[in-house]
Amino acid sequence: MASNNRYNRQIILPEIGESGQQKLNASKVLVIGAGGLGCPVLQYLAAAGIGTIGIIDFDLVDTSNLHRQILYGDSVVGKNKALAAKSRLEDLNPIININAYPEKLTTENAISLFSQYDIIVDGSDNFSTRYLVNDACVITGKPLVYGAIFKYEGQVSVFNYKNGPTYRCLFPEPPKSGSVPSCAEIGVLGVLPGVIGSMQANEVLKIVLNLDHVLNGKLLMYDCLTTQSSTFSIPRVASEISKVLTLAQDFETVDYNLFCGIQKIKEISPETAFQVVNEAQFIDVREVHEQPKINSLKPVCISLDDLQKQINNLDKEKETIVFCQSGIRSKKAVEILQNHGFNNVSHIKKGALAIAEYQTLKEV
Amino acid sequence: MQLTIKYFGMLAEATSITEEQLQIDNCSVSELVEKLIHQYPALDKKDFKVAVNQQLVNHNYIINNKAEIALLPPFAGG
Repeated sequence: MASNNRYNRQIILPEIGESGQQKLNASKVLVIGAGGLGCPVLQYLAAAGIGTIGIIDFDLVDTSNLHRQILYGDSVVGKNKALAAKSRLEDLNPIININAYPEKLTTENAISLFSQYDIIVDGSDNFSTRYLVNDACVITGKPLVYGAIFKYEGQVSVFNYKNGPTYRCLFPEPPKSGSVPSCAEIGVLGVLPGVIGSMQANEVLKIVLNLDHVLNGKLLMYDCLTTQSSTFSIPRVASEISKVLTLAQDFETVDYNLFCGIQKIKEISPETAFQVVNEAQFIDVREVHEQPKINSLKPVCISLDDLQKQINNLDKEKETIVFCQSGIRSKKAVEILQNHGFNNVSHIKKGALAIAEYQTLKEV
Repeated sequence: MQLTIKYFGMLAEATSITEEQLQIDNCSVSELVEKLIHQYPALDKKDFKVAVNQQLVNHNYIINNKAEIALLPPFAGG
């Protein structure tokens, strides 16, 4: 009877009742990311008595998270979010099962993990994960409760539910890498993920309780400054869904970072650089006055600021090796070159300082 | 015909407005987008979908009546 008292205020709602509560207790929901969106989602799902909740997050609680990630306090700063959320939720509701996965969601673990749950909630913070989550939902046939935020605005939708559209029916291709900044880069008002995450939790409950008006095939846009919301219909695009289904066979090998334009930056040692001194083109992206000069690599000198302008003077097809003073600007230069179609490009670790040191050692 | 154009998220930052009215002849969505990019070059680097009267449409959809157009960008944050 203790559980009935706990859930009494929702059980007395005619749309829920004892049978609705049983549906909630029998349901299994996996939440991807226990951050700004994940925290309110988890809080309301646990409180409502969702019987089994999975939490996957590899990240650690940081003090800068606390203004919006309301499951955490000062005492868990530095702890893994999935584990910290689990221990908080166990106090909130000790009679449900909570599984914490303190790891990264990958193409290797997604399918087996998703298969163990009825509904997947996306509270992630990057496009690579969002496309991975969508595709794994399509492959395993799970409804996806989607939420995403930008500054003062948020989006909510339910994908892959009752033959409705998927995330790729809305956005078939990820945006160009770097064109959509993250909360860490541009900031976010703490209440916004609270509102959007609560709406996501609400959609989960509606799905489990089999209530009407699920945001299936609809994109809700909410602006917390104007307090206005609008809803848009999303058509189902069969070709986008079948494209995902063809991935199923080799899903583990799909590289979502690459798909989202996030290329790995190759770093080499001075020694490796000297091995290809006659074949590769070297670019020194430091300012003209910076010392020591590295003449032995016969570099083209183009400062980082000028790289974009002079990029057409460089040979895309040639192996390209960039260096700067300490290896920071050269990393940026590699990104710029990769964005302009240079596929064989790397930078020298620790830059000119390391090269000079290597040369001195070689002479001795 | 008169169109109301609504810009969301980073698109409102790119245009510095959230909403405007436009007088324009019948056109396809891609013609409209081209016109908007000409007016706001910062839109060119942005990704977005277009909705006509709250319905997402593709780029060859013809707008031939007074309508509310929304430009919807993807968000990543969580």
